[in-house]
Amino acid sequence: MSTISRRKFVTGGLAAAAGVSSLAVASRLSKKYGLVPPDSGGIYGPGETLTYAAQQLLARHSVAREFPRSMISKVPFANAIAPLSDEFKRLEAGGFAGWQLSIQGMVARPASLSLTDLKSFPVRSQITEVVCEEGWSYVAEWIGTPLSEILKACGLLRHARYIVYFSIDPDWWESIDMNDAQHPQTLVAWAMNGGDLPVAFGGPLRLRVPRQLGYKSVKFVTRVMATDSLKGFVSSVEPKSPNFGYAWYAGI
Amino acid sequence: MRVTHWITVISFLALLLTGIEIVISHPRFYWGEVGHSQTATLFKIPIPSSRATVPSGYGYVLPDQNGWSRYLHFEAAWALVLTGLVYVIAGLWSRHFRKNVFPAPEDMTWSAFLSVISKHLRLAPANEADARSYNVLQRVTYLIVVFVLFPLVILSGLAMSPAFNAAVPWVVTSLGGRQSARTIHFFVSISVVLFFLVHIAMVVLTGFANRMREMIIGSAAIFKERL
Repeated sequence: MSTISRRKFVTGGLAAAAGVSSLAVASRLSKKYGLVPPDSGGIYGPGETLTYAAQQLLARHSVAREFPRSMISKVPFANAIAPLSDEFKRLEAGGFAGWQLSIQGMVARPASLSLTDLKSFPVRSQITEVVCEEGWSYVAEWIGTPLSEILKACGLLRHARYIVYFSIDPDWWESIDMNDAQHPQTLVAWAMNGGDLPVAFGGPLRLRVPRQLGYKSVKFVTRVMATDSLKGFVSSVEPKSPNFGYAWYAGI
Repeated sequence: MRVTHWITVISFLALLLTGIEIVISHPRFYWGEVGHSQTATLFKIPIPSSRATVPSGYGYVLPDQNGWSRYLHFEAAWALVLTGLVYVIAGLWSRHFRKNVFPAPEDMTWSAFLSVISKHLRLAPANEADARSYNVLQRVTYLIVVFVLFPLVILSGLAMSPAFNAAVPWVVTSLGGRQSARTIHFFVSISVVLFFLVHIAMVVLTGFANRMREMIIGSAAIFKERL
């Protein structure tokens, strides 16, 4: 054995040993610090975990870009939605006066809030980009109540780890971690570009998560649930509709 | 080092396949920050789309394959980036770049380039020196692929991520906006594909079996006989 190949052998062996042991340590630490996304199993799990862990470690407190008013898209794009139910049409006919957002799960004071109730909270307005996983995007002004304010008012329990939010469309729900739920830019939006939020863009209520792709911004939100586990909601991570088989973390 | 080559090949093919699949969901390209089906395009690819909202001109919609395509695209991107880091660090450490890839100063002349090109055009058989080391054209190409195209395709890809743009906004800004980054990602990917095709053509022309043998087990038959 020549010296070079011996050196190669030793460094290779050391690198492999370091690799295996650091993987074991990394897996323990990442579970402890919430770096593992709920869809970490399966063949795509390692990629998802790397993406989610990198975001959690390096960019947890980052803020989505906000644009000047001059960059608001003259024509925003409303993606196709499923036909609206009779219940929705009834609420729409009443000017959404009967629309209720219920807050439930791991909160000390569950509540049901009307649009008027929501507007009594501190208001936030921001000009952010809606980015669709298909590739297109537009910039709009979103006005609403920060989700964190609602959670604070309802007494979010300390061991809650995720927020699941549901559309009036029974097949449409999504979930985010507490870091995104408490993020100042995560809004329960009820207005867009200065007017009421149009139905095509999710009105009367849309949950806007600007650091993630558009499919996390569920339209027609009626229910917000705090939970410590998505286990009972495995199908919510990959619901049949609209995002079959899509990644849970949509920051990329 | 040869292991990094083959991991890169597998990742590249996965990225190419899933990249095509993702483009099918919106085969329209724009310049600037924003763009969608109701705005003017920079150009369109005349193919059917997997989304009914895209005015593709075809009367049908392809099935949506973006779920697994996006999962695999990003997993393969991680494999490529991590392997690329190992390759570049090992290449600097072992002086592979300095010894075998950076062109000698006397070769960085137009006449040296022209002599290599004319040799190729005349289909002159490779001599032993050619078989043992890279010529100036190969060296410059490899440098561009490793230190320009790959970093650019990675950065322009990241500049489409809303979370990355929140964390590191100057990358997307310096690329001219999110849709510009997407268009750049598309063209740089095509450049890498062109390199890939020429690279394979060269391997085939210079003796496929021997080249594969070199790249898999590390030694070529012609040299072994002489040892």
